[in-house]
Amino acid sequence: MLSIKNLEARIEENEILKGLSLEIRPGEVHAIMGPNGSGKSTLASVLAGREEYVVTGGSVDYLGKDLLEMAPEVRAREGVFLAFQYPVEIPGVSNINFLKAAITEIRKHKGLPELTAREFLNLVAEKSALVQLDGKLANRSVNEGFSGGEKKRNEIFQMAMLEPTLAILDETDSGLDIDALRIVAHGVNTLRNRERSFLVITHYQRLLEYIVPDFVHVLYQGRIVKSGGKELALELEERGYDWIKEEMAI
Amino acid sequence: MAYEGDEILESVTNKEYEFGFVTDIESDRAPAGLNEGTIRLISGKKEEPEWLLEWRLEAFHIWQKMIEPKWAHVKYTKPDFQAISYYAAPKQKQVLNSLDELDPELRKTMDKLGISLEEQKRLSGVAVDFVMDSVSVATSFKEKLAELGIIFCSMSEAVREHGELVRKYMGTVVPRSDNFYAALNSAVFTDGSFCYIPKGVKCPMELSTYFRINEAKTGQFERTLVIAEEGSYVSYLEGCTAPMRDENQLHAAVVELIAMKDSEIKYSTVQNWYPGDREGKGGIFNFVTKRGLCEGNHSKISWTQVETGSAITWKYPSCILKGDYSVGEFYSVAVTNHMQQADTGTKMIHLGKNTKSTIISKGISSGKSQNSYRGLVQIGKMAVNSRNFSQCDSLLMTDTCGAHTFPYIEVNNKSSKVEHEATTSKIGEDQIFYCLQRGIDEEKAISLIVNGYAREVLNKLPMEFAVEAQKLLAISLEGSVG
Repeated sequence: MLSIKNLEARIEENEILKGLSLEIRPGEVHAIMGPNGSGKSTLASVLAGREEYVVTGGSVDYLGKDLLEMAPEVRAREGVFLAFQYPVEIPGVSNINFLKAAITEIRKHKGLPELTAREFLNLVAEKSALVQLDGKLANRSVNEGFSGGEKKRNEIFQMAMLEPTLAILDETDSGLDIDALRIVAHGVNTLRNRERSFLVITHYQRLLEYIVPDFVHVLYQGRIVKSGGKELALELEERGYDWIKEEMAI
Repeated sequence: MAYEGDEILESVTNKEYEFGFVTDIESDRAPAGLNEGTIRLISGKKEEPEWLLEWRLEAFHIWQKMIEPKWAHVKYTKPDFQAISYYAAPKQKQVLNSLDELDPELRKTMDKLGISLEEQKRLSGVAVDFVMDSVSVATSFKEKLAELGIIFCSMSEAVREHGELVRKYMGTVVPRSDNFYAALNSAVFTDGSFCYIPKGVKCPMELSTYFRINEAKTGQFERTLVIAEEGSYVSYLEGCTAPMRDENQLHAAVVELIAMKDSEIKYSTVQNWYPGDREGKGGIFNFVTKRGLCEGNHSKISWTQVETGSAITWKYPSCILKGDYSVGEFYSVAVTNHMQQADTGTKMIHLGKNTKSTIISKGISSGKSQNSYRGLVQIGKMAVNSRNFSQCDSLLMTDTCGAHTFPYIEVNNKSSKVEHEATTSKIGEDQIFYCLQRGIDEEKAISLIVNGYAREVLNKLPMEFAVEAQKLLAISLEGSVG
């Protein structure tokens, strides 16, 4: 469903991605690990279509379409979801209204009728329970005054509401305590199915104990330098990244 | 929004001048210029009583000795007051036969605002029998109000039918000598609205509803007077979210509110006059004096305004809190785009004991516009235990616009408390991207973010109007982030 070939991207004068390739098939969970500054978050931003990142080479095919040609909002409507590392606050806009606007756009794009108020609220009740998000939070302004853990749970809640085809989790585990981590992982695992794929970007192996990936890739200096199964994550946890750097140097 | 070209202006300013002048004034237009003769002419045409003519002439003499205020943070070419015609009878306009003849750009805006076809026809002066409907609806409202003893009519009618009330209260809150524009208005005002709520009566409907059905005109020198007797309540709505075009460049209105003991006046304004083109040419200068007097104990006056139009806005709806325990409120959203300049805010003058005021001002600036909040909170010696809370926020949409805050605070006793908060923020690329990533396009994203920012104020508007005002904010800022 997602085929990234030799992707090169820069922000301002800095080349970050230098020929990254990755294949994701429907239903697979891929984890991307790597040391700081290796380009993990850049990959997420490029896939989501952030303007500041300029693609200088390579291609990204998503469900047979050129993802890089699509505007960010079209990517979202086509089923690409990014759970942000730092979710943004939007004062005065309730979470519910925000999601209603998003769902309306996505359904319109797919040629589906707008949800009735009742259908929508039922969906909110069902999905917020998934990440144990207090009903009150759903009515508060988007992320405003949310704790770090609440913000991340809210991202997963939004993901559950929007039912994406490709979900990218950008360091969703950062800043979470173990209970919040479990809740987030439970939400993600519930959403796993044969059609939906995940790209999980993380620093630590810890998250992957709860969200067990099919593949683990190591991103280093803008390229994927090593790929393996879930056991690769454990190896990284034990040995750090230095051995990879050494392997690279040879 | 591009309302460029004279044609557009032409086609929409030629509105039916429906009410007000009932006497025979078919084709009058006073020669340009202002002198005693002009004022005698206006007063004579309107068949006004002698006292009003005298009142106008005194105002004129006061005005002659005044100079235009210069302290506002706005730049413009001073109007030539001798080049204006101060009395023009309604012109017979070219009547449009259907909405298809209306400028498509204007129609698009009206559609976006969700203004019904009927309403669109009325606003654009399309000749239809619908006018008959609206008259009958208006009449039934009028009957209902009359049963309660509420007077709601044009200022001209009030002068004729309720002269004593007008004479007693007009100029008591905004004296003729108050400022240059108020003096000018007092000398030459041609019409406006008058509203009187008798003792103990709660006006059962938004006077807006009536207003919108009844009146589409905006006079150049309007005069409004609202009087709420003891224990009464009224919610009054001025203006319209539909784009208003006017051939008069200078507008100088005066609004006076008087709230007696235990009464409440809620005055809401939506102003969407022609702001000029992208270069700032041709917009309306709006110099308004609005003031409310909380005369009685426990009275309350609340101003809510959404200002999106005009090339220059100079406007400070104020409250004089004379009665003990009286309450003044000011909720404002002022949007400026392109070359617009707004200098707006409020004055809260605390005179009575235990008086309380709240100021929430939300400025939104875009393009190369300048948006200033100017406010005075003055607490007198006798106004013990008084309180004020002010919050002035500015939202910048571009790097080329300006936002300014000029708070003036004077507290003359030790038991009162004044709080002032101010923030300035730039609309976040991050916020917009967050919306985009959820499938919401940029235009809707800006609308969501801006409406969220202004929500505290929009919530104070009457319900049906709040919805339109939300859309108006979005339209006013279309294409403003780039």
